[in-house]
Amino acid sequence: MSATLAIMRLETRRLFVSPLSWVLAAMTQLLTGLLFVMTLTDIQNNPNALADAGGVTVFVAGGLMRFVTLILLLVVPLLTMRSIAEERKQGTWPWLVASPIGTSALVAGKFFGVMGYLTLIWALTAAMPAALAVFSPLDMGILAAGLIGLWLMMASFAALGLLASAMTREPSLAAVITLTAILLAWLAYAVSAIDWQPVVFDHALDIAGMIRGASPIGHLDSLLRGLFTTADLVYFAVFVLACLALTVLRLDAERR
Amino acid sequence: MDNTPLLEATGLVRHYGRHPGVADIDLSVAPGDVVGLLGVNGAGKSTILQLLAGTLAPHAGRIRIAGHDLARAPSRAKRHIGYLAERPALYGELTVDESLDLAARLQQIPRAARLDAVASAKHDTGLADIGRRLVGGLSKGTAQRVGLAQAIVHRPALLLLDEPTSGLDPSQLRGMRELIARLSADHAVILSSHLLAEIQAVATRTVIVAGGRIVLDGPMSDDETRWIEMTCLRAPAPDALTGFTEIQAAEPMGAGRVRLRGAPGTDIRARVVELSVIHNWGLVGLRASGNDLEHRFMTATGQTPARHEARP
Repeated sequence: MSATLAIMRLETRRLFVSPLSWVLAAMTQLLTGLLFVMTLTDIQNNPNALADAGGVTVFVAGGLMRFVTLILLLVVPLLTMRSIAEERKQGTWPWLVASPIGTSALVAGKFFGVMGYLTLIWALTAAMPAALAVFSPLDMGILAAGLIGLWLMMASFAALGLLASAMTREPSLAAVITLTAILLAWLAYAVSAIDWQPVVFDHALDIAGMIRGASPIGHLDSLLRGLFTTADLVYFAVFVLACLALTVLRLDAERR
Repeated sequence: MDNTPLLEATGLVRHYGRHPGVADIDLSVAPGDVVGLLGVNGAGKSTILQLLAGTLAPHAGRIRIAGHDLARAPSRAKRHIGYLAERPALYGELTVDESLDLAARLQQIPRAARLDAVASAKHDTGLADIGRRLVGGLSKGTAQRVGLAQAIVHRPALLLLDEPTSGLDPSQLRGMRELIARLSADHAVILSSHLLAEIQAVATRTVIVAGGRIVLDGPMSDDETRWIEMTCLRAPAPDALTGFTEIQAAEPMGAGRVRLRGAPGTDIRARVVELSVIHNWGLVGLRASGNDLEHRFMTATGQTPARHEARP
Protein backbone atom coordinates (compact mmCIF):
# COMPACT_ATOMS: atom_id res chain seq x y z
CA MET A 1 0.00 0.00 0.00
CA SER A 2 2.72 2.45 0.95
CA ALA A 3 4.58 1.52 -2.24
CA THR A 4 1.50 2.30 -4.33
CA LEU A 5 1.28 5.65 -2.56
CA ALA A 6 4.95 6.34 -3.27
CA ILE A 7 4.50 5.66 -6.98
CA MET A 8 1.31 7.73 -7.01
CA ARG A 9 3.14 10.65 -5.40
CA LEU A 10 5.93 10.35 -7.93
CA GLU A 11 3.51 10.27 -10.83
CA THR A 12 1.54 13.26 -9.54
CA ARG A 13 4.70 15.18 -8.86
CA ARG A 14 6.08 14.51 -12.33
CA LEU A 15 2.79 15.57 -13.90
CA PHE A 16 2.52 18.80 -11.96
CA VAL A 17 6.05 19.98 -12.65
CA SER A 18 5.68 19.32 -16.36
CA PRO A 19 4.53 22.22 -18.55
CA LEU A 20 2.70 19.74 -20.77
CA SER A 21 0.12 18.89 -18.12
CA TRP A 22 -0.53 22.54 -17.29
CA VAL A 23 -0.98 23.40 -20.97
CA LEU A 24 -3.32 20.43 -21.37
CA ALA A 25 -5.37 21.52 -18.35
CA ALA A 26 -5.54 25.10 -19.63
CA MET A 27 -6.53 23.95 -23.11
CA THR A 28 -9.25 21.73 -21.70
CA GLN A 29 -10.58 24.63 -19.64
CA LEU A 30 -10.53 26.97 -22.62
CA LEU A 31 -12.40 24.57 -24.89
CA THR A 32 -14.99 23.44 -22.34
CA GLY A 33 -15.46 27.04 -21.17
CA LEU A 34 -16.13 28.18 -24.74
CA LEU A 35 -18.63 25.38 -25.24
CA PHE A 36 -20.30 26.22 -21.93
CA VAL A 37 -20.72 29.88 -22.88
CA MET A 38 -21.96 28.92 -26.32
CA THR A 39 -24.55 26.59 -24.82
CA LEU A 40 -25.79 29.32 -22.48
CA THR A 41 -26.00 31.77 -25.40
CA ASP A 42 -27.95 29.16 -27.30
CA ILE A 43 -30.45 28.82 -24.44
CA GLN A 44 -30.85 32.60 -24.26
CA ASN A 45 -31.52 32.95 -27.98
CA ASN A 46 -33.64 29.90 -28.29
CA PRO A 47 -35.33 29.05 -24.94
CA ASN A 48 -37.81 26.64 -26.51
CA ALA A 49 -35.07 24.16 -27.38
CA LEU A 50 -34.69 23.40 -23.66
CA ALA A 51 -37.98 21.54 -23.41
CA ASP A 52 -37.12 19.33 -26.39
CA ALA A 53 -33.68 18.51 -24.98
CA GLY A 54 -35.14 17.36 -21.65
CA GLY A 55 -34.29 20.21 -19.32
CA VAL A 56 -31.38 22.49 -18.57
CA THR A 57 -29.27 19.83 -16.81
CA VAL A 58 -29.28 17.37 -19.69
CA PHE A 59 -28.86 20.17 -22.21
CA VAL A 60 -25.91 21.89 -20.55
CA ALA A 61 -24.18 19.20 -18.46
CA GLY A 62 -24.79 16.34 -20.88
CA GLY A 63 -23.45 18.28 -23.84
CA LEU A 64 -20.47 19.54 -21.91
CA MET A 65 -19.43 16.11 -20.65
CA ARG A 66 -19.86 14.50 -24.04
CA PHE A 67 -17.51 17.19 -25.34
CA VAL A 68 -14.99 16.48 -22.58
CA THR A 69 -14.82 12.81 -23.59
CA LEU A 70 -13.75 14.08 -27.01
CA ILE A 71 -11.04 16.26 -25.46
CA LEU A 72 -9.86 13.23 -23.46
CA LEU A 73 -9.01 11.73 -26.83
CA LEU A 74 -6.15 14.18 -26.93
CA VAL A 75 -5.33 14.54 -23.24
CA VAL A 76 -5.16 10.93 -22.05
CA PRO A 77 -2.66 9.61 -24.63
CA LEU A 78 -0.30 12.48 -23.84
CA LEU A 79 -0.55 11.74 -20.11
CA THR A 80 -0.23 7.99 -20.13
CA MET A 81 2.60 7.87 -22.64
CA ARG A 82 4.78 9.38 -19.93
CA SER A 83 3.94 6.92 -17.23
CA ILE A 84 5.66 3.74 -18.42
CA ALA A 85 7.05 4.19 -21.94
CA GLU A 86 8.87 7.38 -21.07
CA GLU A 87 10.29 5.90 -17.88
CA ARG A 88 11.68 3.08 -19.97
CA LYS A 89 13.19 5.53 -22.37
CA GLN A 90 14.81 7.70 -19.70
CA GLY A 91 16.18 4.65 -17.92
CA THR A 92 14.30 4.94 -14.62
CA TRP A 93 12.11 1.90 -15.18
CA PRO A 94 14.67 -0.81 -14.23
CA TRP A 95 15.22 0.96 -10.93
CA LEU A 96 11.51 0.85 -10.12
CA VAL A 97 11.43 -2.84 -11.08
CA ALA A 98 14.47 -3.58 -8.90
CA SER A 99 12.82 -2.01 -5.84
CA PRO A 100 10.85 -4.32 -3.57
CA ILE A 101 7.41 -3.38 -4.86
CA GLY A 102 5.23 -5.75 -6.81
CA THR A 103 4.18 -5.07 -10.39
CA SER A 104 0.53 -4.72 -9.33
CA ALA A 105 1.39 -2.04 -6.78
CA LEU A 106 3.47 -0.28 -9.41
CA VAL A 107 0.67 -0.28 -11.97
CA ALA A 108 -1.91 0.74 -9.37
CA GLY A 109 0.28 3.66 -8.32
CA LYS A 110 0.70 4.78 -11.93
CA PHE A 111 -3.05 4.51 -12.52
CA PHE A 112 -4.06 6.50 -9.47
CA GLY A 113 -1.39 9.09 -10.25
CA VAL A 114 -2.86 9.72 -13.68
CA MET A 115 -6.38 9.63 -12.21
CA GLY A 116 -5.41 12.30 -9.70
CA TYR A 117 -4.65 14.67 -12.54
CA LEU A 118 -7.73 13.66 -14.54
CA THR A 119 -9.88 14.15 -11.44
CA LEU A 120 -8.72 17.77 -11.35
CA ILE A 121 -9.92 18.25 -14.93
CA TRP A 122 -13.12 16.43 -13.95
CA ALA A 123 -13.71 18.78 -11.01
CA LEU A 124 -13.10 21.86 -13.14
CA THR A 125 -15.57 20.55 -15.71
CA ALA A 126 -18.13 19.78 -13.03
CA ALA A 127 -17.84 23.31 -11.63
CA MET A 128 -19.33 24.83 -14.78
CA PRO A 129 -22.79 23.19 -14.83
CA ALA A 130 -22.82 23.17 -11.00
CA ALA A 131 -22.44 26.96 -11.06
CA LEU A 132 -25.82 27.15 -12.80
CA ALA A 133 -27.44 25.98 -9.55
CA VAL A 134 -27.21 29.58 -8.32
CA PHE A 135 -29.54 30.77 -11.07
CA SER A 136 -31.71 27.81 -11.93
CA PRO A 137 -32.97 24.63 -10.27
CA LEU A 138 -30.88 21.69 -11.50
CA ASP A 139 -31.68 17.99 -11.55
CA MET A 140 -28.91 16.90 -9.20
CA GLY A 141 -29.55 13.22 -9.92
CA ILE A 142 -28.86 13.64 -13.62
CA LEU A 143 -25.84 15.82 -12.90
CA ALA A 144 -24.41 13.26 -10.44
CA ALA A 145 -25.02 10.32 -12.80
CA GLY A 146 -23.31 12.22 -15.61
CA LEU A 147 -20.32 13.14 -13.45
CA ILE A 148 -19.90 9.57 -12.23
CA GLY A 149 -20.07 8.45 -15.86
CA LEU A 150 -17.46 10.99 -16.93
CA TRP A 151 -15.10 9.93 -14.15
CA LEU A 152 -15.51 6.25 -15.03
CA MET A 153 -14.86 7.13 -18.66
CA MET A 154 -11.64 8.88 -17.65
CA ALA A 155 -10.64 5.80 -15.65
CA SER A 156 -11.26 3.53 -18.66
CA PHE A 157 -9.22 5.70 -21.00
CA ALA A 158 -6.42 6.00 -18.44
CA ALA A 159 -6.28 2.21 -17.96
CA LEU A 160 -6.26 1.74 -21.73
CA GLY A 161 -3.47 4.30 -22.04
CA LEU A 162 -1.38 2.54 -19.38
CA LEU A 163 -1.75 -0.74 -21.24
CA ALA A 164 -0.52 0.94 -24.43
CA SER A 165 2.31 2.57 -22.50
CA ALA A 166 3.39 -0.81 -21.15
CA MET A 167 3.62 -2.22 -24.64
CA THR A 168 6.38 0.01 -25.97
CA ARG A 169 9.43 2.03 -24.96
CA GLU A 170 8.59 4.79 -27.40
CA PRO A 171 6.34 7.42 -25.75
CA SER A 172 5.02 8.77 -29.04
CA LEU A 173 4.11 5.26 -30.15
CA ALA A 174 2.26 4.68 -26.86
CA ALA A 175 0.30 7.89 -27.49
CA VAL A 176 -0.61 6.82 -31.04
CA ILE A 177 -1.77 3.39 -29.83
CA THR A 178 -3.94 4.95 -27.12
CA LEU A 179 -5.38 7.51 -29.52
CA THR A 180 -6.23 4.78 -32.02
CA ALA A 181 -7.87 2.62 -29.36
CA ILE A 182 -10.05 5.47 -28.08
CA LEU A 183 -10.93 6.53 -31.64
CA LEU A 184 -11.94 2.92 -32.32
CA ALA A 185 -14.24 3.05 -29.30
CA TRP A 186 -15.84 6.19 -30.72
CA LEU A 187 -16.07 4.68 -34.19
CA ALA A 188 -17.71 1.54 -32.80
CA TYR A 189 -20.28 3.72 -31.10
CA ALA A 190 -20.97 5.63 -34.32
CA VAL A 191 -21.20 2.46 -36.40
CA SER A 192 -23.64 0.91 -33.93
CA ALA A 193 -26.26 3.42 -35.09
CA ILE A 194 -26.52 1.47 -38.37
CA ASP A 195 -29.36 -1.01 -38.19
CA TRP A 196 -27.86 -4.21 -39.47
CA GLN A 197 -29.13 -7.56 -38.21
CA PRO A 198 -27.86 -10.44 -40.34
CA VAL A 199 -29.52 -13.80 -39.86
CA VAL A 200 -27.12 -16.59 -38.85
CA PHE A 201 -28.50 -20.10 -38.15
CA ASP A 202 -32.05 -18.73 -38.02
CA HIS A 203 -31.14 -16.15 -35.40
CA ALA A 204 -31.10 -12.46 -36.07
CA LEU A 205 -27.78 -11.19 -34.74
CA ASP A 206 -27.99 -7.74 -33.21
CA ILE A 207 -24.51 -6.72 -34.33
CA ALA A 208 -25.13 -3.04 -33.75
CA GLY A 209 -26.25 -3.72 -30.20
CA MET A 210 -23.22 -5.86 -29.52
CA ILE A 211 -20.81 -3.24 -30.81
CA ARG A 212 -22.53 -0.58 -28.76
CA GLY A 213 -22.29 -2.80 -25.71
CA ALA A 214 -18.57 -3.33 -26.24
CA SER A 215 -17.69 0.34 -26.58
CA PRO A 216 -17.39 2.45 -23.41
CA ILE A 217 -18.95 5.45 -25.19
CA GLY A 218 -22.37 3.82 -25.34
CA HIS A 219 -22.31 3.08 -21.62
CA LEU A 220 -21.60 6.71 -20.87
CA ASP A 221 -24.59 7.70 -22.97
CA SER A 222 -27.20 6.30 -20.64
CA LEU A 223 -25.43 7.77 -17.59
CA LEU A 224 -25.44 11.21 -19.22
CA ARG A 225 -29.22 10.89 -19.66
CA GLY A 226 -29.46 10.18 -15.94
CA LEU A 227 -29.97 6.45 -16.28
CA PHE A 228 -27.85 4.90 -13.56
CA THR A 229 -27.72 1.13 -14.04
CA THR A 230 -25.56 -1.54 -12.43
CA ALA A 231 -24.78 -2.95 -15.86
CA ASP A 232 -22.96 0.22 -16.94
CA LEU A 233 -21.13 0.43 -13.65
CA VAL A 234 -20.01 -3.19 -13.88
CA TYR A 235 -18.98 -2.65 -17.49
CA PHE A 236 -16.65 0.20 -16.55
CA ALA A 237 -15.22 -1.68 -13.56
CA VAL A 238 -14.50 -4.74 -15.71
CA PHE A 239 -12.99 -2.60 -18.47
CA VAL A 240 -10.62 -0.79 -16.09
CA LEU A 241 -9.61 -3.91 -14.17
CA ALA A 242 -9.04 -5.90 -17.38
CA CYS A 243 -6.79 -3.20 -18.83
CA LEU A 244 -4.80 -2.92 -15.60
CA ALA A 245 -4.48 -6.69 -15.28
CA LEU A 246 -3.23 -6.93 -18.86
CA THR A 247 -0.72 -4.17 -18.07
CA VAL A 248 0.60 -6.15 -15.10
CA LEU A 249 0.83 -9.31 -17.22
CA ARG A 250 2.64 -7.44 -19.98
CA LEU A 251 5.18 -5.96 -17.55
CA ASP A 252 5.78 -9.32 -15.86
CA ALA A 253 6.22 -11.03 -19.21
CA GLU A 254 8.82 -8.46 -20.15
CA ARG A 255 11.24 -9.76 -17.52
CA ARG A 256 11.02 -13.29 -18.87
CA MET B 1 29.37 -13.38 11.00
CA ASP B 2 27.44 -16.46 9.98
CA ASN B 3 28.39 -18.58 7.04
CA THR B 4 25.32 -18.33 4.84
CA PRO B 5 26.32 -16.46 1.72
CA LEU B 6 24.65 -13.14 1.09
CA LEU B 7 24.06 -14.03 -2.49
CA GLU B 8 24.01 -17.42 -4.04
CA ALA B 9 23.36 -17.81 -7.74
CA THR B 10 23.46 -21.24 -9.31
CA GLY B 11 23.26 -22.23 -12.96
CA LEU B 12 21.87 -18.95 -14.28
CA VAL B 13 20.98 -18.95 -17.95
CA ARG B 14 19.51 -16.12 -19.96
CA HIS B 15 19.29 -16.14 -23.74
CA TYR B 16 18.08 -13.52 -26.14
CA GLY B 17 16.10 -15.31 -28.79
CA ARG B 18 18.50 -17.84 -30.24
CA HIS B 19 21.53 -15.89 -29.18
CA PRO B 20 22.87 -17.21 -25.88
CA GLY B 21 23.23 -14.25 -23.55
CA VAL B 22 24.77 -15.70 -20.42
CA ALA B 23 24.98 -19.32 -19.30
CA ASP B 24 26.19 -21.41 -16.37
CA ILE B 25 26.61 -18.48 -14.05
CA ASP B 26 27.48 -19.63 -10.52
CA LEU B 27 28.30 -16.89 -8.12
CA SER B 28 28.44 -16.69 -4.37
CA VAL B 29 29.07 -13.54 -2.39
CA ALA B 30 29.80 -13.44 1.32
CA PRO B 31 29.44 -10.39 3.59
CA GLY B 32 32.45 -8.13 3.13
CA ASP B 33 33.26 -9.25 -0.40
CA VAL B 34 33.95 -6.69 -3.06
CA VAL B 35 33.57 -8.55 -6.31
CA GLY B 36 34.79 -7.01 -9.53
CA LEU B 37 32.94 -8.24 -12.58
CA LEU B 38 35.32 -7.78 -15.44
CA GLY B 39 34.77 -8.30 -19.12
CA VAL B 40 34.84 -6.62 -22.48
CA ASN B 41 31.74 -4.73 -23.64
CA GLY B 42 29.05 -7.22 -24.55
CA ALA B 43 30.53 -10.03 -22.45
CA GLY B 44 27.35 -10.27 -20.35
CA LYS B 45 28.25 -8.24 -17.25
CA SER B 46 25.12 -6.10 -17.37
CA THR B 47 22.91 -9.11 -18.01
CA ILE B 48 24.34 -10.86 -14.94
CA LEU B 49 23.72 -7.80 -12.77
CA GLN B 50 20.20 -7.42 -14.14
CA LEU B 51 19.50 -11.05 -13.30
CA LEU B 52 20.80 -10.53 -9.77
CA ALA B 53 18.80 -7.32 -9.35
CA GLY B 54 15.62 -9.05 -10.49
CA THR B 55 14.93 -6.80 -13.46
CA LEU B 56 15.43 -9.77 -15.74
CA ALA B 57 14.26 -13.28 -14.91
CA PRO B 58 16.69 -16.12 -15.59
CA HIS B 59 15.59 -18.83 -18.01
CA ALA B 60 17.19 -21.41 -15.75
CA GLY B 61 18.90 -21.44 -12.38
CA ARG B 62 18.05 -19.77 -9.11
CA ILE B 63 19.15 -16.84 -7.03
CA ARG B 64 18.99 -16.60 -3.26
CA ILE B 65 19.64 -13.32 -1.55
CA ALA B 66 20.06 -13.33 2.23
CA GLY B 67 18.22 -16.65 2.27
CA HIS B 68 15.25 -15.46 0.18
CA ASP B 69 14.58 -16.88 -3.26
CA LEU B 70 14.46 -14.01 -5.75
CA ALA B 71 11.83 -15.73 -7.88
CA ARG B 72 9.54 -16.90 -5.06
CA ALA B 73 9.84 -14.02 -2.57
CA PRO B 74 10.98 -11.12 -4.75
CA SER B 75 9.99 -8.35 -2.35
CA ARG B 76 11.85 -9.84 0.60
CA ALA B 77 14.92 -10.64 -1.48
CA LYS B 78 15.06 -7.25 -3.22
CA ARG B 79 15.05 -5.44 0.11
CA HIS B 80 18.64 -6.57 0.60
CA ILE B 81 19.86 -5.19 -2.70
CA GLY B 82 20.83 -1.72 -3.80
CA TYR B 83 21.04 -1.51 -7.57
CA LEU B 84 22.73 1.17 -9.64
CA ALA B 85 22.04 0.51 -13.29
CA GLU B 86 24.40 1.44 -16.08
CA ARG B 87 22.26 4.49 -16.71
CA PRO B 88 21.44 5.79 -13.22
CA ALA B 89 17.71 6.14 -12.59
CA LEU B 90 17.30 9.88 -12.21
CA TYR B 91 14.22 12.03 -12.48
CA GLY B 92 15.53 15.36 -13.71
CA GLU B 93 12.47 17.18 -12.40
CA LEU B 94 13.04 16.15 -8.77
CA THR B 95 15.52 17.67 -6.34
CA VAL B 96 18.22 15.54 -4.75
CA ASP B 97 16.23 15.40 -1.49
CA GLU B 98 13.05 14.40 -3.29
CA SER B 99 14.87 11.69 -5.25
CA LEU B 100 16.24 10.17 -2.05
CA ASP B 101 12.90 10.49 -0.30
CA LEU B 102 11.32 8.63 -3.21
CA ALA B 103 13.96 5.91 -2.95
CA ALA B 104 13.29 5.60 0.79
CA ARG B 105 9.55 5.35 0.20
CA LEU B 106 9.99 2.72 -2.51
CA GLN B 107 12.11 0.73 -0.06
CA GLN B 108 9.28 1.12 2.44
CA ILE B 109 11.39 2.71 5.14
CA PRO B 110 9.01 3.75 7.92
CA ARG B 111 8.19 7.45 8.03
CA ALA B 112 10.04 8.04 11.29
CA ALA B 113 13.31 6.67 9.94
CA ARG B 114 13.04 8.19 6.47
CA LEU B 115 14.63 11.56 7.17
CA ASP B 116 17.59 9.97 8.94
CA ALA B 117 18.05 7.44 6.14
CA VAL B 118 18.09 10.21 3.53
CA ALA B 119 20.48 12.35 5.57
CA SER B 120 22.88 9.47 6.14
CA ALA B 121 22.84 8.45 2.45
CA LYS B 122 23.57 12.07 1.50
CA HIS B 123 26.36 12.26 4.03
CA ASP B 124 27.98 9.07 2.77
CA THR B 125 27.92 10.16 -0.85
CA GLY B 126 28.96 13.75 -0.22
CA LEU B 127 25.65 15.27 -1.28
CA ALA B 128 24.81 16.95 2.02
CA ASP B 129 25.11 20.48 0.64
CA ILE B 130 23.13 20.12 -2.56
CA GLY B 131 19.89 18.55 -1.29
CA ARG B 132 17.77 21.28 -2.83
CA ARG B 133 19.34 21.22 -6.29
CA LEU B 134 17.40 19.76 -9.22
CA VAL B 135 18.84 16.45 -10.36
CA GLY B 136 18.47 17.48 -14.00
CA GLY B 137 21.05 20.23 -13.58
CA LEU B 138 23.80 18.20 -11.93
CA SER B 139 27.11 17.24 -13.51
CA LYS B 140 27.53 13.66 -14.59
CA GLY B 141 29.74 12.74 -11.62
CA THR B 142 27.34 14.28 -9.09
CA ALA B 143 24.36 12.68 -10.80
CA GLN B 144 26.14 9.35 -10.53
CA ARG B 145 26.55 9.96 -6.80
CA VAL B 146 22.82 10.64 -6.51
CA GLY B 147 22.20 7.30 -8.20
CA LEU B 148 24.50 5.66 -5.69
CA ALA B 149 22.80 7.43 -2.78
CA GLN B 150 19.44 6.13 -4.03
CA ALA B 151 20.90 2.63 -4.03
CA ILE B 152 22.18 2.79 -0.45
CA VAL B 153 19.36 4.70 1.24
CA HIS B 154 17.90 1.52 2.76
CA ARG B 155 21.36 0.23 3.75
CA PRO B 156 21.21 -2.96 1.70
CA ALA B 157 23.58 -5.78 2.52
CA LEU B 158 24.57 -6.07 -1.13
CA LEU B 159 25.25 -3.32 -3.67
CA LEU B 160 25.06 -4.07 -7.38
CA LEU B 161 26.87 -1.37 -9.33
CA ASP B 162 26.82 -1.57 -13.11
CA GLU B 163 29.73 0.39 -14.57
CA PRO B 164 29.63 3.01 -11.80
CA THR B 165 32.60 4.92 -13.20
CA SER B 166 31.75 5.05 -16.88
CA GLY B 167 31.77 8.49 -18.39
CA LEU B 168 33.37 10.24 -15.42
CA ASP B 169 36.33 12.59 -15.69
CA PRO B 170 39.55 11.66 -13.84
CA SER B 171 38.76 13.61 -10.67
CA GLN B 172 35.17 12.36 -10.50
CA LEU B 173 36.57 8.92 -11.17
CA ARG B 174 38.83 9.10 -8.17
CA GLY B 175 36.00 10.40 -6.00
CA MET B 176 33.75 7.58 -7.07
CA ARG B 177 36.50 5.04 -6.47
CA GLU B 178 37.07 6.33 -2.95
CA LEU B 179 33.34 6.34 -2.33
CA ILE B 180 32.98 2.72 -3.38
CA ALA B 181 35.94 1.75 -1.22
CA ARG B 182 34.31 3.54 1.73
CA LEU B 183 30.94 1.90 1.13
CA SER B 184 32.52 -1.51 0.87
CA ALA B 185 33.29 -1.32 4.58
CA ASP B 186 29.58 -1.77 5.38
CA HIS B 187 28.20 -3.37 2.25
CA ALA B 188 29.18 -6.29 0.09
CA VAL B 189 29.61 -4.98 -3.43
CA ILE B 190 29.49 -6.43 -6.91
CA LEU B 191 30.68 -3.92 -9.45
CA SER B 192 31.19 -4.33 -13.14
CA SER B 193 33.63 -2.58 -15.37
CA HIS B 194 35.48 -3.07 -18.59
CA LEU B 195 38.39 -1.12 -17.12
CA LEU B 196 40.97 -3.25 -15.37
CA ALA B 197 42.25 -0.39 -13.26
CA GLU B 198 38.81 0.20 -11.73
CA ILE B 199 38.49 -3.38 -10.59
CA GLN B 200 42.07 -3.45 -9.38
CA ALA B 201 41.54 -0.33 -7.31
CA VAL B 202 38.62 -1.57 -5.23
CA ALA B 203 37.85 -5.24 -5.64
CA THR B 204 38.95 -8.02 -3.31
CA ARG B 205 37.88 -10.66 -5.78
CA THR B 206 37.75 -10.75 -9.56
CA VAL B 207 35.21 -12.53 -11.68
CA ILE B 208 36.10 -12.44 -15.35
CA VAL B 209 33.26 -12.82 -17.81
CA ALA B 210 33.77 -13.67 -21.45
CA GLY B 211 31.22 -14.79 -24.01
CA GLY B 212 28.46 -14.91 -21.39
CA ARG B 213 30.33 -17.29 -19.10
CA ILE B 214 32.43 -16.89 -16.01
CA VAL B 215 35.94 -17.86 -17.07
CA LEU B 216 37.75 -16.98 -13.88
CA ASP B 217 36.70 -16.39 -10.28
CA GLY B 218 39.46 -15.80 -7.81
CA PRO B 219 40.76 -13.52 -5.08
CA MET B 220 42.84 -10.47 -5.88
CA SER B 221 46.12 -11.15 -4.21
CA ASP B 222 49.34 -9.29 -4.62
CA ASP B 223 52.11 -11.54 -3.40
CA GLU B 224 51.52 -14.79 -5.26
CA THR B 225 51.36 -13.05 -8.55
CA ARG B 226 54.38 -10.80 -8.83
CA TRP B 227 55.46 -10.89 -12.41
CA ILE B 228 58.61 -9.28 -13.70
CA GLU B 229 59.37 -8.30 -17.22
CA MET B 230 62.88 -8.66 -18.63
CA THR B 231 64.24 -7.47 -21.94
CA CYS B 232 67.24 -9.30 -23.40
CA LEU B 233 69.27 -8.99 -26.57
CA ARG B 234 69.36 -12.77 -26.84
CA ALA B 235 66.23 -13.92 -25.09
CA PRO B 236 66.28 -17.59 -24.07
CA ALA B 237 63.38 -19.90 -24.90
CA PRO B 238 60.64 -20.06 -22.24
CA ASP B 239 61.23 -23.76 -21.77
CA ALA B 240 64.85 -23.08 -20.94
CA LEU B 241 63.81 -20.43 -18.39
CA THR B 242 61.36 -22.59 -16.51
CA GLY B 243 64.13 -25.13 -16.26
CA PHE B 244 65.61 -22.99 -13.47
CA THR B 245 64.12 -23.83 -10.09
CA GLU B 246 63.49 -20.21 -9.10
CA ILE B 247 61.43 -19.41 -12.18
CA GLN B 248 57.96 -20.89 -12.07
CA ALA B 249 56.49 -19.48 -15.23
CA ALA B 250 57.76 -17.70 -18.29
CA GLU B 251 56.05 -16.24 -21.24
CA PRO B 252 57.52 -14.60 -24.32
CA MET B 253 56.12 -11.21 -25.23
CA GLY B 254 58.05 -10.67 -28.45
CA ALA B 255 60.98 -8.36 -29.30
CA GLY B 256 63.22 -9.94 -26.70
CA ARG B 257 60.81 -9.35 -23.83
CA VAL B 258 59.82 -12.16 -21.49
CA ARG B 259 57.51 -12.18 -18.47
CA LEU B 260 58.70 -14.23 -15.52
CA ARG B 261 57.16 -15.27 -12.24
CA GLY B 262 58.95 -16.68 -9.24
CA ALA B 263 57.59 -18.66 -6.31
CA PRO B 264 54.96 -16.78 -4.26
CA GLY B 265 56.55 -14.21 -2.01
CA THR B 266 60.01 -14.32 -3.56
CA ASP B 267 61.81 -11.66 -5.54
CA ILE B 268 63.68 -13.27 -8.38
CA ARG B 269 65.13 -10.13 -9.92
CA ALA B 270 68.62 -10.55 -8.45
CA ARG B 271 68.67 -14.17 -9.53
CA VAL B 272 67.62 -13.26 -13.08
CA VAL B 273 70.52 -10.79 -13.38
CA GLU B 274 72.85 -13.50 -12.16
CA LEU B 275 71.50 -16.03 -14.65
CA SER B 276 71.74 -13.51 -17.46
CA VAL B 277 75.41 -12.98 -16.80
CA ILE B 278 76.10 -16.68 -16.56
CA HIS B 279 74.20 -17.60 -19.72
CA ASN B 280 75.01 -14.47 -21.71
CA TRP B 281 71.41 -13.36 -22.45
CA GLY B 282 72.43 -9.74 -22.84
CA LEU B 283 69.97 -8.38 -20.26
CA VAL B 284 69.12 -4.74 -21.00
CA GLY B 285 65.97 -4.18 -18.97
CA LEU B 286 64.28 -5.58 -15.88
CA ARG B 287 61.19 -4.25 -14.16
CA ALA B 288 58.30 -5.41 -12.07
CA SER B 289 55.38 -6.03 -14.36
CA GLY B 290 52.66 -4.04 -12.62
CA ASN B 291 49.44 -5.19 -14.12
CA ASP B 292 48.86 -8.75 -13.18
CA LEU B 293 45.11 -8.47 -13.57
CA GLU B 294 45.53 -7.46 -17.16
CA HIS B 295 47.54 -10.56 -17.69
CA ARG B 296 44.99 -12.77 -16.02
CA PHE B 297 42.25 -11.13 -18.03
CA MET B 298 44.05 -11.67 -21.31
CA THR B 299 44.77 -15.28 -20.48
CA ALA B 300 41.27 -16.01 -19.24
CA THR B 301 39.66 -14.51 -22.29
CA GLY B 302 42.13 -16.34 -24.55
CA GLN B 303 43.89 -13.31 -25.93
CA THR B 304 47.52 -14.39 -25.38
CA PRO B 305 49.44 -17.60 -25.97
CA ALA B 306 49.27 -19.95 -23.03
CA ARG B 307 51.90 -19.68 -20.32
CA HIS B 308 54.75 -22.04 -20.07
CA GLU B 309 54.32 -23.25 -16.54
CA ALA B 310 57.07 -25.18 -14.88
CA ARG B 311 56.10 -28.74 -14.24
CA PRO B 312 56.36 -29.61 -10.58
